[in-house]
Amino acid sequence: MTTFILRRVLLMVPTLLVIATLTFVLMRLAPGGPFMSEKDIPAKAKQELLHRYGLDRPLHEQYLAFLGGAARLEFGPSYKYPDRQVREIILQGFAVSAELGGWALLLSLIVGIPVGTIAAVRQNQPTDFAAMTLALAGVSVPNFVLGPVLVLIFSLTLLWLPAALWTGPESRILPVLALCVSYVAYIARLTRAGMLEVLRQDYIRTARAKGLSERVVVVKHALKLGILPVISYLGPAAARIIMGSIVIEQIFAIPGLGRYLVIGAVNRDYTLVMGVVLFYASFLLVLNLLVDLAYSWLDPRVELA
Amino acid sequence: MSIGLRPPAVVLGSHERPAAPRSLWSDAWARLKRNRMAVAAGVFLLVMCTLAALAPWLPFLGDPAAQDLAKGATPPSLAHWFGTDELGRDLFARVLHGGRISMLVGLVGTLVSLLIGVTWGAVAGYVGGRTDDLMMRVVDVLYALPYIFLVILLLVFFSKSLLMLFVALGLVQWLTMARIVRGQVLSLKHQTFVEAARALGASDLAIVFRHIVPNTLGPVIVYTTLTVPAVILQEAFLSFLGLGVQPPNASWGTLVSDGAKLLALFPWLVLFPGLAMSLTLLAFNFLGDGLRDALDPQGRRDGV
Repeated sequence: MTTFILRRVLLMVPTLLVIATLTFVLMRLAPGGPFMSEKDIPAKAKQELLHRYGLDRPLHEQYLAFLGGAARLEFGPSYKYPDRQVREIILQGFAVSAELGGWALLLSLIVGIPVGTIAAVRQNQPTDFAAMTLALAGVSVPNFVLGPVLVLIFSLTLLWLPAALWTGPESRILPVLALCVSYVAYIARLTRAGMLEVLRQDYIRTARAKGLSERVVVVKHALKLGILPVISYLGPAAARIIMGSIVIEQIFAIPGLGRYLVIGAVNRDYTLVMGVVLFYASFLLVLNLLVDLAYSWLDPRVELA
Repeated sequence: MSIGLRPPAVVLGSHERPAAPRSLWSDAWARLKRNRMAVAAGVFLLVMCTLAALAPWLPFLGDPAAQDLAKGATPPSLAHWFGTDELGRDLFARVLHGGRISMLVGLVGTLVSLLIGVTWGAVAGYVGGRTDDLMMRVVDVLYALPYIFLVILLLVFFSKSLLMLFVALGLVQWLTMARIVRGQVLSLKHQTFVEAARALGASDLAIVFRHIVPNTLGPVIVYTTLTVPAVILQEAFLSFLGLGVQPPNASWGTLVSDGAKLLALFPWLVLFPGLAMSLTLLAFNFLGDGLRDALDPQGRRDGV
């Protein structure tokens, strides 16, 4: 177990290095610099600007400085907001995004797993059919369509909930809902498929033959293996929720990491974009490791290699 | 994944005996026809694709770029089925033309992923050994990268052209395809029909692409059907962020994005493009589900 974790952590280093190097190379290859908008700055001022961002040093020094900084989340000041450090923006934004994404993921699991389980237990009955048709619809409606529709219904027509911003608890409801619906649906589908597979197995027949109630059979015996597909989906789910939160933060004007990424992308704020991308990449790698660990804990048959 | 599919009993071609037992394909077709949802989805997609493809030549469709500032935004009416936008442009025409771009991106992106994925997977699986290890390790490393961020970087740092979008989206999607095809090829390459081809003196290239790859078509078709909506969704995502399709072109993603800014005033600007897009994605998913059930009854295990 310890060797496995160690090996995985060591494997993460080259992966991160690849990402960081790609980011660095892409940025250097990109046409135009961060100061394209300022056309007629005096040579001396330009020199000072370049020096401030470390762009006047030899390339390999820049690269090493970049890697060293990246390890500490130090990407220097943002190009767009010169008086703010990228590190500070990332940490602030991530707190908000993590809350949004965390709620969405939690809600997806809390709703998705029971729905999928019930559908599997009542396979091919109307409940199953209704749940799965709804789930397929849920998977198909993009979150950036759902978001505006929810705002239209609950904020603009019914006037129940705020349409934007991230202030009180009630401002959380619509963004989290818009973000999680497609994952609720997908997790329900995964759970159903996993449970159907497990419910056919011999050990379930044994459990039933012992005279256990159907409830105990399903919840205590089948569910633990039945949700394995869901566990292995958690890694990709986190990646998709991050992607989704970029859109949702845009729609609801939430000051999260995704919103900064978009602002940075539109304004060619290279340090900010690089910082956010590297941060998300490493975050996802760590998350994937945790998912693998959880997987082997739930299913001891899986060998960690 | 549907790795367990057996090769069709009859290799398709003109050599089929007339009284041959039903092939995998006719079997699958029969199964698909029984699935009403999948058939409905297929018909819907056919209509949608035809309308979108023919959009510039449809006589009843106005010019999507024709502005009428005096008119401005109007709700749906008989003259404008989906209403007009804030510049007085006919939304129905814009939705169909947007669908043209969205589906084009979806199809081309999928084609790119298909080309790379099938070639990569087939070569890795057929050659085997060190080469296979190396090629699959590359896939593993790329899998670990949050690819969409690289796409964002590419689009930010370089051009936001349609071509770049095709390439970027295709690049995201080929990994799973490569894995599927490799698994299939591994299970096929020791079959007797491959040995027969080799005995007849077929070159490796011919064996892979004329004999093995056609037999992996079942799972590939299923996955392709599910890739198209994924690419459409990603294009819309990028367009929503302002990185995808650029004006004057418009896709469903940009239409929804533009409409969302005016949601409080003219909600139909979001509703109609959103509806068109959601229905199309839903239809692709239904069709993909149906195709999997039809082509790969054993692959049902994953069910997702």
